[in-house]
Amino acid sequence: MAKTYKKPEALSEQVTHYCPGCTHGVIHRLLAEVIDELGIRGRTVGIAPVGCAVLAYNYFTFDFQEAAHGRAPAMATGIKRVRPDLMVFTYQGDGDLASIGMGEIIHAANRGEKFTTIFVNNTVYGMTGGQMAPTTLKGQRTTTSPAGRDVEDVGMPVKMAELISALETPAYITRQTVIKPKYIVRAKKAIKKAFQYQMDRRCFSLVELVSTCPTNWGLTPVEAIKWTEENMLPYFQLGEFKTPDEVEED
Amino acid sequence: MGKILMKGNEAIGEAAIRAGCLNYFAYPITPQSEVAEYLSRRMPEVGGVFLQGESEVAVGYMLFGAAGCGARVLTTSSSPGISLMSEAISYISSAELPVVFVNIVRGGPGLGGILPSQADYFQATKGGGHGDYRLLVLAPSGVQEAVDMVMMAFPLAEKYRNPVMILGDGLIGQMMEPVEFSDHLKSEPSNKDDWATNGMDTRNRKERNLVKSLFLDAELLEEHNLVLKAKYDRMKQEEVRYEPYNLETDYRALVVSYGTMSRVCKTAIDNMKAEGIEVAMIRPQTLFPFPIDPIRAAAAKDGCQAAISIELSMGQMVEDVERSVQGKCPVHWHGKAGGEIPTPEEVVDVIKSLIK
Repeated sequence: MAKTYKKPEALSEQVTHYCPGCTHGVIHRLLAEVIDELGIRGRTVGIAPVGCAVLAYNYFTFDFQEAAHGRAPAMATGIKRVRPDLMVFTYQGDGDLASIGMGEIIHAANRGEKFTTIFVNNTVYGMTGGQMAPTTLKGQRTTTSPAGRDVEDVGMPVKMAELISALETPAYITRQTVIKPKYIVRAKKAIKKAFQYQMDRRCFSLVELVSTCPTNWGLTPVEAIKWTEENMLPYFQLGEFKTPDEVEED
Repeated sequence: MGKILMKGNEAIGEAAIRAGCLNYFAYPITPQSEVAEYLSRRMPEVGGVFLQGESEVAVGYMLFGAAGCGARVLTTSSSPGISLMSEAISYISSAELPVVFVNIVRGGPGLGGILPSQADYFQATKGGGHGDYRLLVLAPSGVQEAVDMVMMAFPLAEKYRNPVMILGDGLIGQMMEPVEFSDHLKSEPSNKDDWATNGMDTRNRKERNLVKSLFLDAELLEEHNLVLKAKYDRMKQEEVRYEPYNLETDYRALVVSYGTMSRVCKTAIDNMKAEGIEVAMIRPQTLFPFPIDPIRAAAAKDGCQAAISIELSMGQMVEDVERSVQGKCPVHWHGKAGGEIPTPEEVVDVIKSLIK
């Protein structure tokens, strides 16, 4: 009998350090499947962030560089400018991308750098212990907002996909999630589309993935999925915010 | 090709191209913006990469990414910009990547001024960023030497897989002098496939490469730091460069000075020679590694009454002069840090006040 479901070649044998119920594992697998399907493992360079995914390179089998906090888009720019033939993606969390790395991501997107950003948004700093992020929801309790996020004090959660979509430079910007099988299928399609745009040297691409952090939310994996659906999805709405094709039609 | 008259900043840009560096990332800052202006025109002519980053912070990581995938890469900046790049310099040092940084130093601290200075000596030689790392620091005293050092910097950076910094000053960047571009080195080092993320398929590489600086295990981090230390120790053995001046005489004082300041000191030494007073100078061309042994030997010579560090700062290199001299004779400092350069007459007066 033929195997119909196997480990992608782009994924390593190593057991991950991610917590039970964390969606990094699903996202890693989707990336690896897309890289296998496009046959680009031998010319892909991933860029790991600072945060829970800092060790992401242990779980893949292609070239990787490890960035400082927030700087992955600048590193991707450096690689892509000198080696446009390489396929480059950054893998970043919300503290990394939306807080300390806000400048780098906006300018890389605005220059239309031809790499792909996988943006994992779970509303908190995971690795450092669940502190408030720019994406923390209104009233959400974290270790640095023990009374809940006070938007009078620190503003509303940042919607990165919408923010980057406001730039005039053509890009592919989408927000998906991986909390249920039907969403996972759509998320994979989006990641593949983003890589395809990069392969065609069309545009910058960003796939935001609404994700869970059961450990820092203090929830079980099942409760975390329910919380994501009830609280995050109404605010971080899923969909395609921008495609390069739309811009060209104007 | 004969000599041509060029502004220091433009000559530095041209030298990079002649050295086979076709990748340049930078952010404008006075007094070195002419390098970026020059290369924004020249890089497209030679099929190279020019990119003006959104900040020096970002530029630091553009260099990191580009060097990590095996490209020969340069940036130029000035003091406040180098402060912003210092985060990346620490990471690049740990990841052991060859990158060439040029700092056309201006006065500080803070915004300081835009006139020549040597006040980034500590930043360049002792750190700036976090952690145990060292840069190989080259200090030119004129436009020709700046050109030669740019040419030299790339092979050195690649030999050690370590960032190299050229520490110039505002005067070297802004003045025009005749320069000649020597036969240049365009060959790329052959060992990059061992570490660069340059594409497994492109390079027929079986194993993937990883460019990183995180070592969570204490033993592994210790081991990594020992590897770096061994490299810095090897630089101390093999890369010390300095120019002796009037050292063959029975000198009564030893001047230690580098860069623009050393040129004024040479004039002062010549003027004193005409009066019958012999003074010698050691001009460090590498600030790290520092010419410790030559300075100690020169200071220990009979008749040498004083060693004087003359620098465009409030006394930074003098600390290295002190640890070189090791009490063989008294060590003094003279300098200015506002942007004015001491005159030969001023230097003569200082030296005379310290000797019998």
